[in-house]
Amino acid sequence: MSRIEACFNALKNNNKKALIPFITAGDPSLNLTVELMHVLVDAGADIIELGVPFSDPMADGPVIQRASERALHNGTNTDDVFNIVKEFRGKNESTPVILMGYMNPIEVMGYEQFVEKAAGVGVDGLIIVDLPPEEAAELSAVLKPHGIDQIFLISPTTRGERLNRICEVASGFLYYVSLKGVTGSNQLDVKAVGDKLDEIRSKTSLPLGVGFGIKDAKIAQAVGTISDAVVVGSALVERIAEHGENSNKLKAEVSSFISSLRTALDNIE
Amino acid sequence: MLETNKKIDNSEIESFKSMPDKRGHFGIYGGRFVSETLMGPLEELEQAYNKYSKDPDFIAEFEHDLKHYVGRPSPLYHAKRWSEQLGGAQIYLKREDLNHTGAHKINNTVGQALLAKLMGKRRIIAETGAGQHGVASATVAARYGMECIVYMGAEDIQRQAMNVFRMKLLGATVVAVEAGSRTLKDALNEAMRDWVTNVDDTFYIIGTVAGPHPYPTMVRDFNAVVGREARQQCLDQTGRLPDSLVACVGGGSNAIGLFHPFLDDKEVSIFGVEGAGDGIETGRHAAPLNAGKPGVLHGNRTYLMEDNYGQIIETHCISAGLDYPGVGPEHAWLKDTGRANYVSVTDIEALDAFHKLTRIEGIIPALESSHAVAYTAKIAPEMDKDAIIIVNLSGRGDKDIHTVAAHEGITL
Repeated sequence: MSRIEACFNALKNNNKKALIPFITAGDPSLNLTVELMHVLVDAGADIIELGVPFSDPMADGPVIQRASERALHNGTNTDDVFNIVKEFRGKNESTPVILMGYMNPIEVMGYEQFVEKAAGVGVDGLIIVDLPPEEAAELSAVLKPHGIDQIFLISPTTRGERLNRICEVASGFLYYVSLKGVTGSNQLDVKAVGDKLDEIRSKTSLPLGVGFGIKDAKIAQAVGTISDAVVVGSALVERIAEHGENSNKLKAEVSSFISSLRTALDNIE
Repeated sequence: MLETNKKIDNSEIESFKSMPDKRGHFGIYGGRFVSETLMGPLEELEQAYNKYSKDPDFIAEFEHDLKHYVGRPSPLYHAKRWSEQLGGAQIYLKREDLNHTGAHKINNTVGQALLAKLMGKRRIIAETGAGQHGVASATVAARYGMECIVYMGAEDIQRQAMNVFRMKLLGATVVAVEAGSRTLKDALNEAMRDWVTNVDDTFYIIGTVAGPHPYPTMVRDFNAVVGREARQQCLDQTGRLPDSLVACVGGGSNAIGLFHPFLDDKEVSIFGVEGAGDGIETGRHAAPLNAGKPGVLHGNRTYLMEDNYGQIIETHCISAGLDYPGVGPEHAWLKDTGRANYVSVTDIEALDAFHKLTRIEGIIPALESSHAVAYTAKIAPEMDKDAIIIVNLSGRGDKDIHTVAAHEGITL
């Protein structure tokens, strides 16, 4: 059983929701990223989404764009991202790690090489923002034998046949983008999200995560009530940007923010 | 594994006009690499385009506007004095600089704005580099009474102050993009972010033959009027087809517009000219077809300028319209098949050509087009006197006089 599947099974047995924080690899620095991953887990994260920085993050709002710029400015490259996961795995064998990023760094490395390296260091899933299922067959074929899940996004504009097809090819879990917009947007409508999740649930038994626009414990709780997992990105990265200069303060802030989300999710009636 | 960057055996290609396939692929290039939220709207756009591009009423309205609003057909002008001085081939200039707004860009924006109107979208957005596409978009938005937002890199806003003011006069809102290298690629990113946020009421008018399917095809089709006219004009004026075509390539919309109707005329050689900036060997250039690798950016797979880890690198070219790290996917395919040749000229060569054409023919070319002019001046002397070259003079150079003056240390 994959780490992702095991994670969701365990949560389900305990009637709990998955908390999935996103941070960008190399922001504020390579060393701190590994430490932050452990802080996230200690504070209650179930799965970690690790952003692979890209020069042209088309689907991201300003907060994650700047995180990507900081990481690249620090010289972070794809091999560094793999090293971060490897180092994290040295102390943590169970928490799933998902790489989230864009297609071009994978294209340039070559699918085989990228996937072999990812599998070798203990990556569990990939979310590739600009790789819809229509273009994904070749990479999927390389991922499958390595047991790495390709996690697809569903958005408010995903309808009809395309929704069916995504549900068929997806593995791990499905990531519902709660709104039309970029990461860090501000108009999440819980009722509309709930209606769409009902529709998706009628087509798949995979766990459903929700991301984009989850800013605080209150929204996390509301979304957790209707989903299986909550993804928090920009709100967390904003804190990293604010306290990046002071690593102790940074870890304390990140820990208390994630703890507040954990508590909110654990207190869903 | 993708078999990229390989020469394709083109003896089995029946028609070079057969691309793309149903999913928008030109061989391994093109496609639709976008976030999930845009997939539905792109399908909707593709369906609308497939429907209206075959609709006689749409075609009639498009052609009417090209004739009466844009001023088509543009002349095919025999540059006799310049040809004589070079001492070789006869050079014909396709005068896209004489179009309304001063460049070929208007052909595409008229087409896309008509489509936007029929799809019921009242808000249009556009990205721009040199400002020509921004001006062309603001122009059609004014004419059709649509709201228009133009994204432009902060660096380009500095370089192209006149076009920024033109857009504002036309009623457009110009948004300065401060992210990344603050040029065209970043403007495109930002326009995509706007589109994904406002997708219900917004039509994104992409200005070049790049982006997700169906843009490379649609923008090509709207610009192919250039090549269709040039082909007929050449037959009318000389009784035969040209020996060579030359056009500059940034994203590649003026080039594909000229090239496409000639693709199956195998006796016609085709040259796309990229911006070599300070020189290909310096790394400071904008020539992905000459010195880049295949990758994925802005919704399509194509040749890109990138580092070893796939990060897009900054481009350098005196012409803002060529300052782009990618290129339309059909050009990538035409390169691999060998049907077209992609070459480059430096900033200095382009500036020299800018001055020469201005002085010899009384035509001030855009710095983009000056790259095509410069390459023509290299090949024409080697050709027979009865040989014919058609150069796409894709835009006029008025917008560039500040850049040229600054380069020569002159303050206007």
